This record gives sequence, structure tokens and C-alpha cells, in this order.
Amino acid sequence: MWPFRKRGPKPPHSLRRSFVTPEGVDLQLELGGAGARAAAFMLDALFMLIVLIVASIVIGLLAAAAKSQLMVILWLIGFFVLRNGWFILFEIGGRGATPGKMALGLRVVARDGAPLTGGAVIARNAMREIEVFLPLSFLGYQASQEASDAFLAIFALSWSGIFLFFPLMNRDRLRVGDLVGGTWVVRTVRTKLAADLGAEEEVARPRRSFTDAALDLYGVYELQTLEEVLRVGRPEALATVAAAVRRKADLPDDGDDLGFLTDYYRALCVRLERGMMLGRRRDNKFSPAVSRRG
Amino acid sequence: MNAAEPILVNASRFRAAHELDWKRLDGIVSRIERRGIGALTENDLLMLPLLYRSALSALSVARETSLDRALTNYLEALCTRAYFQIYGVPTSFWTQLKEFFVRGWPQAVQSLWRETLVAVVLTLVAAVTAFLLVMHDPSIFYSIIPDSLAGGRDPSASAESLRQTLYSEGKEQDWLATFATALFTHNAQIAIFAFALGFAFAIPTVLLIVYNGLMLGAFLAVFAAKGLGLEAGGWLFIHGTTEIFSIILSGAAGFRIGTAIAFPGRSARADFAFAVGRQASAVMAGAVVMLILAGLLEGIGRQTILNDGARYAIGGAMLAGWLTYFYAVRKRNVAVS
Repeated sequence: MWPFRKRGPKPPHSLRRSFVTPEGVDLQLELGGAGARAAAFMLDALFMLIVLIVASIVIGLLAAAAKSQLMVILWLIGFFVLRNGWFILFEIGGRGATPGKMALGLRVVARDGAPLTGGAVIARNAMREIEVFLPLSFLGYQASQEASDAFLAIFALSWSGIFLFFPLMNRDRLRVGDLVGGTWVVRTVRTKLAADLGAEEEVARPRRSFTDAALDLYGVYELQTLEEVLRVGRPEALATVAAAVRRKADLPDDGDDLGFLTDYYRALCVRLERGMMLGRRRDNKFSPAVSRRG
Repeated sequence: MNAAEPILVNASRFRAAHELDWKRLDGIVSRIERRGIGALTENDLLMLPLLYRSALSALSVARETSLDRALTNYLEALCTRAYFQIYGVPTSFWTQLKEFFVRGWPQAVQSLWRETLVAVVLTLVAAVTAFLLVMHDPSIFYSIIPDSLAGGRDPSASAESLRQTLYSEGKEQDWLATFATALFTHNAQIAIFAFALGFAFAIPTVLLIVYNGLMLGAFLAVFAAKGLGLEAGGWLFIHGTTEIFSIILSGAAGFRIGTAIAFPGRSARADFAFAVGRQASAVMAGAVVMLILAGLLEGIGRQTILNDGARYAIGGAMLAGWLTYFYAVRKRNVAVS
């Protein structure tokens, strides 16, 4: 099969990774991109800040009422747990994701596909100390010092920046923590099964039929592009595509772009699928047509 | 032309045949994601692996026979979610916790004995050096320990005021617990930091451990110069055996990470780093647990127990306890796990 899979030059820096389940199926995991990861972290930081502020106010009010040291202890422990435990406790739970990651459809998993252990989660999150808090503390230090220390501060910042920007320096977008914990972050989005373009409509209507010549124009790549155009359903895109197909296939314009493209999609899909069954997969319009032999 | 016409597109036939199963799997997986495995009925639980496998085989079939990209995308996402709910879910939190205390932690500490030894030697050498230096020239004390930390316990202090810092009883019992908590959170943060800094080839961790030793030696020297060495030892010993041991262990965990990154040996750097990382992180998490105890001993025990002998006895008992727990010979893990 492999010679047929090549679809020209591969898209650069793909985040798809082959991942074979014990049942022998390649799941083609999609890794979380650097942007999504950063956004998830920002969200988590925001949530933590909100929790901190709300909890501080509540504890402050309680402390004023109770006049007890208990509240100070509660705050100290709460702060420690929030800072170190937020990521660990959420990721150790069954979902393997903090609220920020959940919001962006990300999940932490072990790189070898095994269950995510507590040790791995602790390792990956303890490393945040040098990824986030170290640069932050250097920033704070720099702000509190005179300009004479600027050189030192710049050196310290760029040194700690290595850890912060580590995910951009490897193709799997691994943080320092991911490297040490043996984890990576994958996208697991809940998707709905989109409507079936090949299915019959409830209201039966006459179908257009196409000649072999008209159907030999395109391959799988164009078919799937057409699928996307139909699913998105923007009228301008539909009109452009319909005009292009009609021009190439030399067909008259009947004014119903959507109906025309839907019918063309079905006919092309049936034809390409048949070719595929017979071992003649046509990847794009440049490969030899299904109907011709040799 | 009419409704009776057979459906010609593969994907449509395929969808019609299996869509209900996929929807059901989707529902079950969503429920686990939202409310955990406990939310499933017995029937759902039995169906989950079957539905998962059928979805997985549907994915393979769809990839080979269907050109409907929405279908393969959907099945890929569904199978990935189901996979991680079936294979990727860790054993329960409490089981993991028990395993950690019974086996994981002591084993991890044992396996780090070389690094631990190095950290002990570094601490001792630094402490002795600082001790000798400060005994020889008390002014060096000020360059080792910042004023804020010394709190009046410096070479210029009188023997009487030094003695007072060793045996000062907490004014309010209320404050002791707060003091203990503050000590714990501060020290635990340092332990985590020492571990994380190991990633920079362990150099910052070495500095941290050495500095810790220097402070230890310098403090002791101040007291020893005034003939209070034994008393200061007791003051330090009651919690120090636990606290310094835990700092040493988290330093050792940092060393392990650093050496694994720098010298991965025959394995790939990333593979080795994570095999080592899980072990080292267990040691570090254990160090945090030790620091909770150390914080209690320091914040409460030391402020209420003013007898040197009792202080030494408690510190010694703690040390003996830790050493037995970590290094006592255990039955080999014969279980299959």
C-alpha cells in the first residue's frame, strides 16, 4: 500500500503521530500544538489566580471573624496545594487534564500508551518550577534590582528561557516536564459525526448523472476538498467550485450549485470507492484515471 | 431516482450499519469522562470493550474503503478517547498511594543510594568547611548567611542571647502550628526546586546542596564558639535529621535527573530521562512528606521540648526510623505486578 500513500510533499511539521493500539490499529494521535498548550496554561493560571483571590477573601473574612491562627494555616497550606497540586491532582484523576486542558481538548498521556502513573504526573509538573517559576522569579529579581545587575538578569532570563521555550525546540512539543515524566499531550476532542453527504434526502429528487469523462477529472484529494466545501456550505465557495467543475466537465449551469455539487460528490465518491476496491486508488487529479487501464 | 434505490456510497452503508454502536460508545465514553467509571451501569461496562473493538475495526475498514473524511475523523477521535479510557486510566488514587508507601518510595530511595551518598558527602564537606572557616574568622559568617535569616544569631551575639534562641518557648501555643506550616511550605518548595533544577545537568542542585551545608556549618560554628555546640546540636537534631535528610534526598533526585540527561548511556536520552524521572519524582514526593513531619517537629516539637537529651533522642529515633524504612532488606517483589 505504501507507494500509493505518498501525497506529494508531506505537510511540514505535522503533529500526527503513529500510535498502534494493542489491537493493531494505528490511531494517528494528534499532538497538542504549542499555541493550544500555551493557551491551556494561561487558562489554568487564570483559574488558579481566581481561586487564590476568592479563597483569600473568604479566609480573610473568616479569620477576621474567628480571630484564630487556624485560618493562616489554612491559607498557607491552601497556597502550597494550589501552586503545586493544581496540575498534579487534576492530571492524576481519570481525565488526565486540568480545566485549561479540558477547555482546549487536550489530555496528558504516557508516551508508551501505558496508564499514566502518579510518578509521571508529579515529575512532569514538578518541572514547572524551572519552566515557569524560575523565569518569573528572575523577572521579579530584575525588577527589584538596580540597572547595574541588568546583565546578570538578562543572562538568567535567557538561561531559564531555554526551559520555558523547550517545547518549540523539539518536534513532539515536549516540555521539560514531559521529557522527564515520559508523557506527551494529545488532542482528544469530542466530535459529532457530521451528516452523511452520501445519504438519500428525505424528499426524493431526481439526480443528475455524469459521464465517465466528467468523473475522471478528479481524485481523492479533490473529493475530500469538495466534501469540506459542502460541509461548510458557504455560498461563494460553492459557486466558485461549481463553476470550476462545470467549466472543466463542460456542463451547463442549472442554477442549483448545492444540488449540483452534492450529486457530483456522490457520483465521484461511488466511482473512486469502486476503483479503490479494485486496487486502483486515485489520489489526486494528476494520477491516472480509474477507468483507464495500464 | 427514488427512495428504494440502493445506497451506492460505501460510507453511507457503513454508517447505517454501525452508527448506533458508535453513538452508544460515544455516550459511554462521555459519561466516564464526565463522572468517572462509577457512573456506568454493569451492562455498559460489559459493552465498553466490545463497542471499542468494533469501533476500532470500523476505523480500519473506513480507512480502506471509504472516502468520507468526516467519518474517519470521527472514528479516529472516538477510538482515541475510548482507548485512553480503557488502557490509559491509572489504578485508583488510594491503591497508588498505598503502593507508594509500601514499595515505591523505599525502592526509589534505595535505587538512588549513590546520589544520596554524594549529596551527604557534599553536605558534610560544606558544613565542615563553613564550620572551620567561621571558627577561624567569624566575619565569614556574614558572607554565608544573609541577615534576614540569621535573626540575631551571629558571631557578635552574646552567649546568653544565643542560649535564649535555642530554648525560647513559643509565646502563644497558637503560633506554633502556623510556624510549622510556614516552615513546611517553604522547605517543600525548596525540595521541589532542587529536584527540578537537576534538569540543568544537576549543577544548580549541587550549589543548593552545598549552600545548605554551608549554612549548617556556619550556624553551628557561631554556637560552638560560645560553648553552646552540644545544645545547638540538639536544637538542630530534633528536626534536622528528617529535614536535612529530605533535602539531601531531593537533591539526590535532582542529581539522578541531571546525570540521566547528561549521560544517558546506551538508551536514547528521552527514554532514559523518563525511566529515571518517575523514580526520582517518587523520591521527591517522599521528601515533601518527610518535610511535613520535619515541619511539625521543628515548629511544635522543638518549641515545647526544651531538654537536650529528649531532643537528641527524638532526632535519633527519627533518623533510625527513616534508615530502617528505606534501606532495610525487603522481600523481593514476587507479585506479578
